Amino acid sequence: MSLVETIQDKYNELNTFAGNGLLGSMREKAFEKYNKSGIPTSRHEEWKYTRLTSLANKNFELNATAILPSDEVLNSIRLQTEYAAELFFINGVFIKEISSFQNDAMVVLPLNEAAESEHKNYLHQHLNQSSKYMKDGMNALNAAFTANGLFVLIKKDKVVDKPIIIYHLTDTTDDNVFVQPRSLFVIEENAQVQLIELYKNNGLQESFTNEVIEIAVHENAKLEYYKVQDETENCHHVGTTHVQQVGKCFTHCVTVTLNGGTIRNNINMILEAPNNEGHLYGLYMVDGKTHVDNHSIVDNVMPNCFSNELYKGIMEGNSTGVFNGKIYVRQDAQKTNAYQSNKNVLMSDTASVNTKPQLEIYADDVKCSHGCTVGRLDNEALFYLRARGIDEKQAKALLLNAFASDILEQVKPEALRTYIGKKINERLNIDEL
Amino acid sequence: MSEMIETLEQTALSDYKYGFVTDIEADEAPLGLNEDIIRFISQKKCEPEWMLKWRLKAFRYWLSIEDKEPTWANISYPKIDYQNIRYYSAPKQKIAPGSLDEIDPELRKTFDKLGISLNEQNRLSGIAVDAVIDSVSIGTTFKAQLAEQGIIFCSITEAIQHHPDLVKKYMGSVVPMTDNYFAALNSAVFTDGSFCYIPKGVRCPMELSTYFRINAENTGQFERTLLVADEGAYVSYLEGCTAPMRDENQLHAAVVELVALDSAEIKYSTVQNWYPGDKEGKGGIYNFVTKRGICGANAKISWTQVETGSAITWKYPSVILKGDNAVGEFYSVAVTNNFQQADTGTKMLHVGKNTRSRIVSKGISAGRSNNSYRGLVQVGKNAHHSRNFSQCDSLLLGDKCGAHTFPYIETKNSTSIVEHEATTSKIGEDQIFYCNQRGIDTETAIALIINGFAKEVMNQLPMEFAVEAQKLLAISLEGSVG
Repeated sequence: MSLVETIQDKYNELNTFAGNGLLGSMREKAFEKYNKSGIPTSRHEEWKYTRLTSLANKNFELNATAILPSDEVLNSIRLQTEYAAELFFINGVFIKEISSFQNDAMVVLPLNEAAESEHKNYLHQHLNQSSKYMKDGMNALNAAFTANGLFVLIKKDKVVDKPIIIYHLTDTTDDNVFVQPRSLFVIEENAQVQLIELYKNNGLQESFTNEVIEIAVHENAKLEYYKVQDETENCHHVGTTHVQQVGKCFTHCVTVTLNGGTIRNNINMILEAPNNEGHLYGLYMVDGKTHVDNHSIVDNVMPNCFSNELYKGIMEGNSTGVFNGKIYVRQDAQKTNAYQSNKNVLMSDTASVNTKPQLEIYADDVKCSHGCTVGRLDNEALFYLRARGIDEKQAKALLLNAFASDILEQVKPEALRTYIGKKINERLNIDEL
Repeated sequence: MSEMIETLEQTALSDYKYGFVTDIEADEAPLGLNEDIIRFISQKKCEPEWMLKWRLKAFRYWLSIEDKEPTWANISYPKIDYQNIRYYSAPKQKIAPGSLDEIDPELRKTFDKLGISLNEQNRLSGIAVDAVIDSVSIGTTFKAQLAEQGIIFCSITEAIQHHPDLVKKYMGSVVPMTDNYFAALNSAVFTDGSFCYIPKGVRCPMELSTYFRINAENTGQFERTLLVADEGAYVSYLEGCTAPMRDENQLHAAVVELVALDSAEIKYSTVQNWYPGDKEGKGGIYNFVTKRGICGANAKISWTQVETGSAITWKYPSVILKGDNAVGEFYSVAVTNNFQQADTGTKMLHVGKNTRSRIVSKGISAGRSNNSYRGLVQVGKNAHHSRNFSQCDSLLLGDKCGAHTFPYIETKNSTSIVEHEATTSKIGEDQIFYCNQRGIDTETAIALIINGFAKEVMNQLPMEFAVEAQKLLAISLEGSVG
């Protein structure tokens, strides 16, 4: 049975099982929307370069529950660092039993419980805000199956000094699986938090992840967000990170893609209040047949906002890289400063890059620029190094490392930076520089 | 400088000075579009059978996509009723003019008023002109002189009759009839346009030019231009256009094909000044144009355009860099004011080795207009060592207009280098202050800065056009600054 059929087949069963209420009505509307638009094809302008049709026709299992992995497996994916919270999604389902967190600074609840709790106002306010920007079937599909997701509230005035780590583990030992994690983070006034999302898989079958994470950042709060994808090439991924800057606040987001099958990362940064500041960084370093597509939207709604975006890509083997950046400056958003840059290195003739940096500006007193480049390693720089006795492999690695370091430097938690640095060195086939 | 002030003063009095209507009797087709209309056009033009067949084939293809009018562009307009357009309208002339002297004086006056000289004696302008009004070409100047060097310059209708081999070989080779919605429509109903062939190794001694004028009401203009530069030839070609002021929108859907064979060079300049509609956005021309050129080895095609008119502009002059070492260039200034909408840009398709392309696009938006740059740079697998540089700058005058950039960059070759950069800003207060300090008033200062902003493109225009284009720039923005 193809995935498209499985979705139709499972919807009613899961919907009845998950009950009604706030999430129920959201699911219903979203499913209607999904049925109208379906899985996007390359005829859809926003999906021009990324094809999902073959995945949609493959057989994937879709389950509302997950089997807990062994401690051994869990330990193997853990980052070696202290943490304020450790939250596990196993096959797209948030498992509270194996997760742990500090109680004083935050509230952690499964989404369906949160909908009944004292925090339900936040759900009304912020849940599914991403659908305003993501009009395609994938976003609706996630909403249509939202039940046991994750709700996290960082309490007012709390500074969480250690990172919150979300592990997404996809278990594909037996079957192909389709998983849809969903989370909502609310960061209250004056709170500060570092958030890490790490994607790992276990098993040799294929997986297809369709994730939505929504983060609402309130007045004077500070968010650092890191998304790291380190799966195998059997793992396909469509993910949306929706950052809503409700009050005047600061956000810093980094997406790093090292491995995978067909990957699409959507990141939306909505600067809803005046004087907001947002930074977006991304690194995609892929080889083999990996296809990585980074889609970003920066929406400047109110005046005096600042946004900066830098994405860098290294493509080897038969890989393809896609960058699609969109900056909106609305009519009220005078005095906006918005920058966007995308740089790519092609390492082989079978790799390709498609990039589309776009500006849509409706206010006049703004400073906006974008730039993009596609090129290769500078032959003269290579020669310079080789003339000094550094062999070709080392020289290339040195240059690529320097190229990637702009982004790597933006990864503030040390453990994560070391982890990514090590992966890059492994890829370049060197021990250390 | 003094010229700038003069222009501004002049234009304070008149908004669109080409908006008059010439009262001439016209020979028209009935409203509507069907196979009979196409047969009617073909018959009027005394076309051979193969041409009619070609048109009908295009029409049948268009019918199959009739409901699929493209919607991807960043423009909005009410649905066009293709049955409510007149597809053929020609000024009635008792006998076909044997020479330029026999042209209806009323028509001659019209072109004089537009500043286009149909007098060959008037050597001052030194440009050969093909004048097209509504659906027919009324005359081409300097034909005999050009023929001495083997250059063919005539209307496309004439070319179909007298040079069928060349037309058959090249027409539709760059823009096939199935290329897009408007190209299919044009292929079916095109009425006139220019044809030019430069033989091997010939450098065309003068600028060639076509002047397009829409006059009749409810009429669409569907021009078709075909330029062929044989090996080693060179030609510089200019195109200008105007239309009367009317309350309803009129459609202009053109196809321009350029063929530059090995080592040839074509320079194609456009100053587009169709009626843009009034200050409330009523009326104006819908300009849907497909322009494309193909380069052989070592050939060069350069597009320069100054877009100031039209209610809607939908135009992407492109170059297919097929041969090795070919060069493509695109220079554009697009100005929108009031309720105008422009979605314009270019496509550079790198196929051959060592191909180079350069894109410079300057957008200026004022009033409530929207101005978009949309471009594609594609580097194919075998386009080793190809190089592209694109620069798109936008200038915003006023807080109700929009400037948008949609560049597409697709690279499949690791030895090529592609660069794109774009900026958007308004005129800086410090720049105005600097000028004020030196005794230049604000309005002049703005004109000065805009001129400087567009200079890189203006410099590419042939002398005769540059002056006119500069004036146009000032006219289009008149009333939007200060």
